[in-house]
Amino acid sequence: MHQGNFDLSLEQITKIEGHAALTLKVKNGTVEKCTFEVPEYKRFYTQAVRGKHITAIPQMVARICGTCSNAHLLCSIRAVEDAMGIKVSKQTYLLRRILNNGLIIRDHALHLYVFVLPDLYGRESLLAFDEAIEEEHELVHDAFAIKEVGNLLAKWSGGRSVHAPFPTIGGFLTLPKNGDQEKLILKLELIRKKVEKIIKIFEKCEFEIKEDILFSALQDNNYDFFGKTIITADNACVPARNYADHLEHVVKPYSQASAYMYEGKTFMVGALSRMNLSKAGLHAHTKHGAESALKLFPSQNIFHNNLAQAIEILHCLDDSIDILSKLEIKDEKPVPYTLKAGMGTGVIEAPRGTLYHRYQIDEKGVVIHGDIIVPTGQNQICIEKSLWDFAQKNLHLEKKQLAHEMEKLIRAYDPCMSCSSHFLKLKIEQL
Amino acid sequence: MTKLRVGWFTFTCCEDSTILFTELLNTHWADWKDKIEFVNARILKENNKIENIDVSFVEGSISSEEQVDKLKEIRKNSKTIIAIGACACTAMPSGWRNTFDEETKEEIKFLIDRYSHLEKVEPLKTYIKVDDSVQGCPMNEEKFLELIGNSIK
Repeated sequence: MHQGNFDLSLEQITKIEGHAALTLKVKNGTVEKCTFEVPEYKRFYTQAVRGKHITAIPQMVARICGTCSNAHLLCSIRAVEDAMGIKVSKQTYLLRRILNNGLIIRDHALHLYVFVLPDLYGRESLLAFDEAIEEEHELVHDAFAIKEVGNLLAKWSGGRSVHAPFPTIGGFLTLPKNGDQEKLILKLELIRKKVEKIIKIFEKCEFEIKEDILFSALQDNNYDFFGKTIITADNACVPARNYADHLEHVVKPYSQASAYMYEGKTFMVGALSRMNLSKAGLHAHTKHGAESALKLFPSQNIFHNNLAQAIEILHCLDDSIDILSKLEIKDEKPVPYTLKAGMGTGVIEAPRGTLYHRYQIDEKGVVIHGDIIVPTGQNQICIEKSLWDFAQKNLHLEKKQLAHEMEKLIRAYDPCMSCSSHFLKLKIEQL
Repeated sequence: MTKLRVGWFTFTCCEDSTILFTELLNTHWADWKDKIEFVNARILKENNKIENIDVSFVEGSISSEEQVDKLKEIRKNSKTIIAIGACACTAMPSGWRNTFDEETKEEIKFLIDRYSHLEKVEPLKTYIKVDDSVQGCPMNEEKFLELIGNSIK
């Protein structure tokens, strides 16, 4: 038990996407400093896009992040299409939804099973689950089965689950083959019970840390992750293209990531925000399958971000079955366009929250200026606030347990350091 | 049977190959679980060590002295090192700043100085001997499977 000053250092937080660090300073039983540091070695993509032609930009910026590469790809394509005034076909819209659904299923399942589930079962890793215990054995296999179906959706629609090569400005370079839809539907139906099981596990999970913060997400009536309006929990509505005007960039000298406030308020983006603000738009089968879990929303419990992700897996599964059962691929080329100067904005809901790309383009199609705002940057201040509040209330815990609980809290936010930066170490120092 | 002691490390990159590798577990873990022990794989587990490693797969390029030191430590403690993906093999696309004109370099100089970046982003081979590589952005899956398959024969 720590009554006064203490010193604790944890070099590397595991089971998150990328590397990151935290410094906590405690003096006379009071937290004096709590900084969430994202000291990645910057790759300067916003400078690198300048002078490049728009046709090269989407695949280039997909390389910002391996895990949500297809979200960056789609967001960037939409920004360029916005600048060029391109309206895509219904088929392109549906195929992009399948690609994004595949990403959400795979990425959320990676987070829930590989990063979070070991905390619930007291294991070091999903791979350390005891195969002799039926429940644990099943969960390991559920994890692989669900992630694989997410990959299959992305491969079918986009050609690959990471850095998909088929999507392009105006449509798709290569179209998927007819005849595979039924097989994909069967595979989706086979994992449905497994997804319902993981929803139940996170519904029963008693981890709780409530935060009085603003939740914000792109609104879509059918929960398609491609809406046109940003909504917030205090009922503000902002056209997506103007989103950046409402964000205040906060410089954290100890962190290489950009942090943001929303109109001066601490806010959160991601699955919890989407579920809090848009659960009415979920697929009817998902509303039925996750009925009791959905009653927990709206929620201020940060750990319900995990539950919200589990429900979103089910929604993406049901939505994909719906689309695939009606989608007959017809041959079509990407929409042709004429280069023109202008500004284009793309906003989508990536797995971890609202993703924003904006490019200023000259008459030759060359990018003059680019802005990219990623979800983890938007959540950075909120993560820091939660960690500070949690530490202050739990200074009585043993060092090892305090560090472990703070890691669990960081994982609940599902930060992505590849997007925002690259290196997090937890250091708790004595003053 | 002695398990192959494997390390998976990342430096400056987008970790696309790390994601591809975790997704390969979906279909290959059943075969690998009795043949591979992960000594260090931050994305998968706690308690990661850099000691007595048979094969280290290293993704990403090198941007700082701190990374150079860690890379050399991995080299010292690994029998084989395999560079994974374009950034580890060529320093691109992580190393866009190597290609910037003088004006853009001046613009980012305060960040390079503040966070002690090296002057240039470099591939692994600049600092250590690399035994083999899997090119690609992300890495070529077949080549990776071939290499790991040969190691656990």
